[in-house]
Amino acid sequence: MTTETAGPFGASDSGPTSTGSRTTMILGIVTLVALGVLVLFGLILSPADENQGDAVRIMYVHVPSATLSYVGCFLTAIGSAVFLWRKSRWWDLVAYASAEVAALFTAFTLVTGMLWGRPTWGVFWVWDARLTSEAMLMLLLLGYLAVRGIAADYGVRAKRAAIVGLLLVPNVFIVRQSVQWWRTLHQTPTLSLSGAEIQGLMLFSLFTGFIAITLSFIWMVIHRFRVAWLEEQVDAEGLDTAIAERRAEGVVL
Amino acid sequence: MLHDAWLIARKDLKLEIRSRVALNQVVPFALLVLVLFAFALDPDRGLLEKATPGLYWIAVLFSGLLAMQRSFAVEAADGVTDALRLSGLVPAGIYLGKTLSVAVQLLVLEMLLGVGVAVLYGTSITGWLLLLATIVVATAAISTAGTLFGVVAAGLRVRETLLPLLLLPVLAPVLIGATRAFEAALSGTPSEGWPWVGLMSVFAAVYVVAGIFGFGPLMEES
Repeated sequence: MTTETAGPFGASDSGPTSTGSRTTMILGIVTLVALGVLVLFGLILSPADENQGDAVRIMYVHVPSATLSYVGCFLTAIGSAVFLWRKSRWWDLVAYASAEVAALFTAFTLVTGMLWGRPTWGVFWVWDARLTSEAMLMLLLLGYLAVRGIAADYGVRAKRAAIVGLLLVPNVFIVRQSVQWWRTLHQTPTLSLSGAEIQGLMLFSLFTGFIAITLSFIWMVIHRFRVAWLEEQVDAEGLDTAIAERRAEGVVL
Repeated sequence: MLHDAWLIARKDLKLEIRSRVALNQVVPFALLVLVLFAFALDPDRGLLEKATPGLYWIAVLFSGLLAMQRSFAVEAADGVTDALRLSGLVPAGIYLGKTLSVAVQLLVLEMLLGVGVAVLYGTSITGWLLLLATIVVATAAISTAGTLFGVVAAGLRVRETLLPLLLLPVLAPVLIGATRAFEAALSGTPSEGWPWVGLMSVFAAVYVVAGIFGFGPLMEES
């Protein structure tokens, strides 16, 4: 078993044995504090926008989570590439964990975007280039996660998922390019999401948003990775136990 | 590699010609889609003619999906996949061969659908050069990506549902590009269409490379 669970640093890299560690706990506390600071600046200290009013506050979580949805997608592609190259289970699960968290952040971005769109544009959805690309990213990630969910051997599933994961990045680039042309060649130019210049306390709140949301992203990916790793261990252990039981039956007879 | 590709393509096309599944099922399905669009969009209001490029490519994508699924379904029975693996053919060659056979089937389908929209929707056809270029690169893009994702889904119990979910979002840029290029050609402004042909060529190039390198690892297991 130990050779099969070899990480990027060889067979000695045995991986986590629980869902959390002291480091992740500290990271979790820091994340909570950062989220508290974000609430303080985003909802209380920062001023309302002249044009958008209080709705502008959605920006402090919307923009960072949109950025991180793309970061997660890149991380998945990197994890998939290293898995294909080194056959490292560790990196495969990094790809899996970041894809799942990226899908969550994409969904969060879409929901907050719609909630922001309603008061500012009057509608939940417009066929803006950025909205459409984000929706397409969501669908691409759901496709990747569907491959992760197939009932097949670990090797089959991981390899197929890695190919799909690796292609996420070129796909996202091509989709973004095509959607941008699509909306600019024939229609009015895209709507500006952030509008006028952001300054002072609003800029600082957005900065806090980036820190808090990035920390939450890292925390979630680490925990999702550890859970995925433990799941693999349980599966492998279950198989070992079953084999041992069958062998024991043979001995009794 | 190219010789292997030729062998596989010839084998697949021969299978299609003899079994007539593409002719007896996929082509009628494609025509059915055209008729269904006419039911959905009232033919008297001129909507059909205006929407021809989009409807045409949607019909190509949906009926093409059937052809792609079939391209791997024929390998699933009787352990043909193992035989292919043992045959000593280069995986990249198998990929290119499958792509070529899917592309040929798509081209036939597209010609028939082209006649279909011209007759049924009364669309007057202009801008031949751009139309043909669009058909060639869009077919290349659909078949290169379709074959790669086809093997990702091949041999799984959920393959029929997995392939559309994987493939259609990926092909969204091709749908946009081919539709816009067709619109440009039919509205007499072909210069607007050529950038899309370029984008689809880049797409096809990316997938040819991905397929040539990715097919080997994908064929090893399962």
